[in-house]
Amino acid sequence: MQVDFHLPSLGADMESATLVQWLKKPGEAVHRGEAIAVVETAKGLIDIECFDEAVVGSLIVQPGTKVPVGAVLAQLLSETAGAPPPAKAAVPTPAAAAPARLSPAPLAAAPGGRARISPAARRRAHELGVSVEALERAGAGIVHLEDVEHLAAQAKPPAPDARDAMRIAIGNAMARSKREIPHYYLADTVDFSTARDWLASYNAKVPVGERILEGLLIVKAVALAAARCSGFNGYCRDGRFEPASAVNVGTAIAVRGGGLVAPALLGADRKDLPALMREFSDLVTRVRSGHMRSGEFTAATITVTALGEEGAELLWPIINPPQVAIVGSGRIALQPWVHEGAVVARPVLSLSLAADHRVTDGRAGSRFLRTIAELLATPAKL
Amino acid sequence: MSEPAAAVRLTYREAARQGLRAALASDPRVFLMGEDVGRYGGCYAVTKGLLQEFGPERVRDTPLSESAFVGAGIGAAIAGMRPIVEIMTVNFSLLALDQILNNAATLCHMSGGQVNVPLVIRMATGAGRQLAAQHSHSLEGWYAHIPGLRVVAPGTIDDARFMLGAALACPDPVLLFEHIVLYNMEGELTAGLASADIDHAAIRRAGRDVVLMTYGGSLHKCLAAAAALASEGIEAEVLDLRTLRPLDDAAIMDSVRRTHRVVIVDEGWRSGSVAAEVTTRIVEQAFYDLDAPVARVCTAEVPIPYPKHLEDAALPSPERIRETVQRLLARGGAS
Amino acid sequence: MNPAAQPPVTRERALVLLRDMLRIRCFEDRCVQLYGELKIRGFLHLCNGEEAVAVGAMQALQAGDAVVSTYREHGHALARGLAMGPLMAELYGKQNGTSRGRGGSMHIFDAASRFYGGNAIVGGGLPVAIGIALAQKLQHGSGITACFFGDGAVAEGEFHESLNLAALWGLPVLFLCENNLYAMGTAVALVESQTDIASKASAYQVASRAVDGMDVFAVADAATQAAAQVRAGKGPAFLELRTYRFRGHSMFDAQLYRDKAEIEAWQKKGPIITLTTRLKGLGLMNEDDYQRLEREARAEVESAVAFAERGEWEPVAQLERFVYAERPQ
Repeated sequence: MQVDFHLPSLGADMESATLVQWLKKPGEAVHRGEAIAVVETAKGLIDIECFDEAVVGSLIVQPGTKVPVGAVLAQLLSETAGAPPPAKAAVPTPAAAAPARLSPAPLAAAPGGRARISPAARRRAHELGVSVEALERAGAGIVHLEDVEHLAAQAKPPAPDARDAMRIAIGNAMARSKREIPHYYLADTVDFSTARDWLASYNAKVPVGERILEGLLIVKAVALAAARCSGFNGYCRDGRFEPASAVNVGTAIAVRGGGLVAPALLGADRKDLPALMREFSDLVTRVRSGHMRSGEFTAATITVTALGEEGAELLWPIINPPQVAIVGSGRIALQPWVHEGAVVARPVLSLSLAADHRVTDGRAGSRFLRTIAELLATPAKL
Repeated sequence: MSEPAAAVRLTYREAARQGLRAALASDPRVFLMGEDVGRYGGCYAVTKGLLQEFGPERVRDTPLSESAFVGAGIGAAIAGMRPIVEIMTVNFSLLALDQILNNAATLCHMSGGQVNVPLVIRMATGAGRQLAAQHSHSLEGWYAHIPGLRVVAPGTIDDARFMLGAALACPDPVLLFEHIVLYNMEGELTAGLASADIDHAAIRRAGRDVVLMTYGGSLHKCLAAAAALASEGIEAEVLDLRTLRPLDDAAIMDSVRRTHRVVIVDEGWRSGSVAAEVTTRIVEQAFYDLDAPVARVCTAEVPIPYPKHLEDAALPSPERIRETVQRLLARGGAS
Repeated sequence: MNPAAQPPVTRERALVLLRDMLRIRCFEDRCVQLYGELKIRGFLHLCNGEEAVAVGAMQALQAGDAVVSTYREHGHALARGLAMGPLMAELYGKQNGTSRGRGGSMHIFDAASRFYGGNAIVGGGLPVAIGIALAQKLQHGSGITACFFGDGAVAEGEFHESLNLAALWGLPVLFLCENNLYAMGTAVALVESQTDIASKASAYQVASRAVDGMDVFAVADAATQAAAQVRAGKGPAFLELRTYRFRGHSMFDAQLYRDKAEIEAWQKKGPIITLTTRLKGLGLMNEDDYQRLEREARAEVESAVAFAERGEWEPVAQLERFVYAERPQ
């Protein structure tokens, strides 16, 4: 009977071969185990053998032709053959265990009530001014980026008077501070002449764009003092003080149209004065143009506030929770000062400290102020 | 070193062979050694014809002594040659682990920088041909764990042709993995391309909704999955990692920043894998860009079984990748 | 070899040996066809030409002995007594295979006959074999471990470590090196500085000799003597069985590294032809006997194929079984 002779698979990664030569002619006998043709593969020329006693019928594929595994190469006449064609690897299709398409319904809210908001969604929410509380209310379960975008689009239009909104926000924060933090107050006066003279000679030698403000000397001195004296740099949460590893000094900057923000100069104790000045200038520019980064608002670990040249000589500031201290610097004015028994006129700075009595007391506060004063007396080391 | 190629249609195997030929022809310090690379023509026929062309000093058949000939490659590299050692497959590299880790990766450091090892080791890797448990490993992740080594995985015809040259130019040991299912893959060399680097990942398909990060033999599976997803309106980016040590963090994070959802496709077992490392780096560097957990499609935690249906079920497939993406894009993310 | 020292060759014994070799030959040839038809996949390494080694060596082994083999193991498995049906089913990947289909051609195991694989890494079985022998020694049994490997393994470090340790500790291992002159595509002469493999074992103080691997009686006699020595507690023994592989290293082998003339010359002195000619010359069998034995062998192979064809595929849901030993529920 007539039987098809197929190109066998000769290897795990053999997909095809080129017939190079027939070793038998039509009508010729071929024995079991005898080679019937030569094919070329990626590895070289290989003989293909016949597994039956047969006579060659017709040769179907011509030399020089490339064919896939399983292709019929020839027809043989055989009494004993009956081999089936090479099946496409006869494997079962695994019962397609396709998981059910997950429904878009929200998952149950996490136990304990903590909102499950993706990191990207949380960040976007901050950028858009969408509050976490609003997110929690809106997205039962998990909140994604797209939920935040959606919510922001639906939000009420912003209050017509932005200044009022800011004033309200500041008021709320200050009320909370007064309510929760047991403030104590200390003040000290400092002869600012050394610092002023040093700064004047420094600024004389640098271009205008690199001149340093007096306020920065105070910021740097406060930062160094905060690094040295424990209890003034960090947060008090749930009644427990968490000292911060970095000293990020919040510097109060007036916002155009009224209001005050205190973004941080990060790691102020580790930066030199020119670097601090550059960063401060950049902060001011961005505050005034409204391009702050969220981290800058929340990163301050202690605040310095100054009312500038038109301000009062002495101020009693309110701590920005959850910080534990705030240093105020008043207007630096010429005052009578006793120097070596005689009265002289000196530029005098009144430094005030408001601190959290749960964390420090008057003794520590006095040391802190004294440290600031000593640092200001050696301005070259700032 | 080599002239820019006009657009030519060839197999991955042929491209690798061209890379070897170009290396041997252009630098007398280069020689090739390994089991059956000469007379047999290479287990996967990559080196066929090279013995005839370059002679037995440049193309050396070795005994079955992985530890000895890998060590010899290290020594030759230290002494000024540029050897290419072929370990027939990554499965046999286990016999040379001590030489690779304790010598190749470590001599530079132990000598305080006096000695460097400009050795290239080429290995076939991966599963998919029913070669069963001892012949189907994907151990790129193991090697990517080791400081002192460079690990690269050419997944395209261009990379099969040109990564070898870049590896030879590197003063440090480079392990270059060729996945066995890629050898028959046909394609075109990019016209005008004359070299490749081994320092960067490459975006093979730009996308918007999710990024599929992968390497080597899983690249074409990701591209197939991405094509299927496109017909459902999901635009998947496909990032070919190309270099597994060092990983191209910048490219990885850039894709995360733009797409916010990640699926890593890795033929190794998931535990302690390349996929695990990439996931951790994303958490470290782009956490706030994630809109859902990172998902992984890896080989099932089982030695590779011989029967086709079990092997297919164990390995990553375009279908599993597609399903993982769909789950990831649903509320809540993957798993 | 002194013919006079050989035990008499009886018709009964000879026909058993011939039958066993024919079973292997027919099995291997059928595998080629099945592979071509995509029934068997992966890597397939056949032992045509080496049947006398498997059959002869197994004459020396008892039920309590252990066997460690290589990826070229079908002959060893059949000669050891594994049933042909489950062996074929294993090559198919079916659930009724010796390893439930999980291992395939290179990973045949049968705990009942103490057949411990089946290793795809050249030289990988030697350390395991000496370990089994170590247990046998510590347990004071009379079992020994037969360890098959090829000439290629001799280049691997494992060979040297294993021989040294076996000799040092006096382990009951019968090392059986099937020297078929090629490690995949590389001739022994090109990879061994010392091609007399038996002498390498002597260097480790292991009693060692070379044997004509094409003569099943020579193999059986040498193996029996060596096994007796090992069983008597005299430490490991080593036989280099000089043979030849008629087919390629594995299925996909263009054999660029050797001449067809060489293959044909060896085929003329193959183990089956050698034995058949000798037996006919001694008047112990005729052509009808041969045809009958071959028919019976082929019939057994066909039954095995039918057994494999009937077998089921293991359900995918069970994929992750057998990674760890299963505890009783």
